[in-house]
Amino acid sequence: MSTTPNSDLLVQEPQIEQPLYTPIKRRSFFMYAGATAGATALVLAGCSKSDSSPGTVNVGSGDAGVLNYAYALEQLEAAFYTQLRTGSYYTGSTITAAEKSILDDLYYHEVIHRDFFRAAISAAGATPIKALTPNFSAIDFSSRTSVLGAAKAFEDLGVAAYNGAGQYITSPTYLYIAGKIVSVEARHAAIIRDLNADNTFVGNDIITLTSGSNSSVATNNSPANSSLERSMSPSEVVAIANNYLADGSKLDASSLR
Amino acid sequence: MNFFQIISEIEKVDPEVYDRLDSRRSVFKHMSGLGQKLSAAALPLAVGAIFNKVYAQTPVGAGVNDVLNFALKLEYLESYFYNSRGTVTGLSTQNTAALALIATDEANHVTFLRSVLGANAIAAPATTGVFDYTAKGTFPTALTSGATYLAIAQAFEDTGVRAYKGAAPLVMANKTVLTAALNIHSVEARHASHIRAMRRAGATSTTPAQGVAVSPYTSAPKSWISGNDGGGPVPGTTDAIYGAGNNTNAPTGITFDSEANTTQGGVALSGTTITAGAAFPSSAFSEAFDEGLDVGTVAKIANLFSVSGNYFG
Repeated sequence: MSTTPNSDLLVQEPQIEQPLYTPIKRRSFFMYAGATAGATALVLAGCSKSDSSPGTVNVGSGDAGVLNYAYALEQLEAAFYTQLRTGSYYTGSTITAAEKSILDDLYYHEVIHRDFFRAAISAAGATPIKALTPNFSAIDFSSRTSVLGAAKAFEDLGVAAYNGAGQYITSPTYLYIAGKIVSVEARHAAIIRDLNADNTFVGNDIITLTSGSNSSVATNNSPANSSLERSMSPSEVVAIANNYLADGSKLDASSLR
Repeated sequence: MNFFQIISEIEKVDPEVYDRLDSRRSVFKHMSGLGQKLSAAALPLAVGAIFNKVYAQTPVGAGVNDVLNFALKLEYLESYFYNSRGTVTGLSTQNTAALALIATDEANHVTFLRSVLGANAIAAPATTGVFDYTAKGTFPTALTSGATYLAIAQAFEDTGVRAYKGAAPLVMANKTVLTAALNIHSVEARHASHIRAMRRAGATSTTPAQGVAVSPYTSAPKSWISGNDGGGPVPGTTDAIYGAGNNTNAPTGITFDSEANTTQGGVALSGTTITAGAAFPSSAFSEAFDEGLDVGTVAKIANLFSVSGNYFG
């Protein structure tokens, strides 16, 4: 299984080790630099190494980059629900049976997603990013409002992130797997939003109802009154996710584009 | 991102890059027009998009209209169903309001898909005589009983989620269409989750989010699909919605497994492969992933509600 467009090129033309730096006949170059693979490699070539800030975790580029990006977000969610289950709202007496069972399932699902990505990235011959250190100091784990509010933020963010990153995946297999996960995240998001306030499973804050999308997702085409999810670009997602990550674990997804 | 560095890199391998770009696609003319409208921050995205266009070899659009028209047919099935909710009784005020929200979304999806397809869109089906929500008498109270109505709604939403998921790889060459399809897909999943919550708490419940699931998840389902959900809301009739699809024409690397699948991308999910997973209920490993369906299987399910029996092909 190839992990990046560049590795595809190497498989097909093993004698060419540095396709971007080796002058070759243009016809043969464009023959194998097919479709978006060539374009992506060229765009990446335009990035100098200094694009990554020191102390951040760069998820990388290509399909492996998208997988690591997803792995990072699943790590965040899994860590949140793990900590939630030790907090006094969850362990206390006011939580309802329905809420407890829902939060249990979300914990199971997100841990499974996290561990799935770590295994899948390794299986693809790529390197998983490190285990991230979260910073949940802004969340009061004794407060229903705080806990469910944070859960809503994480679930909605996950849906918007997967939808916005789908276009960067080149392998149908990984796109399909991302689709299998994002609909579960959307199911989570809907019930968590309903626990926050009934009948908020959809709303103009997350889908294009009364206003169109203002996201910087390159391929977004969501006018008002279209009821499309407001997907988000990796940079928009990371700006939010980094609020919940400790220094040294903050994400850099600038190579995903 | 350094634009000139990109051109420089291209020039190294393709000395005729300027000729190619200029003579064949007039890309720089295109780019200068764009540049006036774009901020510096947006430029990298625009450049990437332009090069994708110039160098793309995959024909864009082949079959995409067929996929979108099939999606449009499903949206009509849903939209007309929710528009028919006026005769349904036995729903709480909260649940009636939720159905109005969903009806708006489905009508919006119809409008949106029509706008994307333009002149290639199918004719709108007649509001009567095309769809039969009783499925030829299988659900005689489809449009009168709240409980039956919600059961059918769940069937439609779960089918819709599986259909969009299965179709995503078919439209991935066109990033705009792909993103739009994904952005509809997750909204259908939100609907499915809420309808399942309504069924879990009961059609007359005033606290639909507070219902507690009971196994085997037919009358009080979870918000997500657990195993095969015991055959779905109407076991014996809705089983196919949660079963395996047909892999005959599946894209390479994709199989349409049943919702009970627990192996994803070659990774077996179990209590031994997942951290602390030994303490998880076994149902969690299938719940964590939804599954897609092929067009043929979706059509077969949807045709249960077609008067002619073959509206969906």
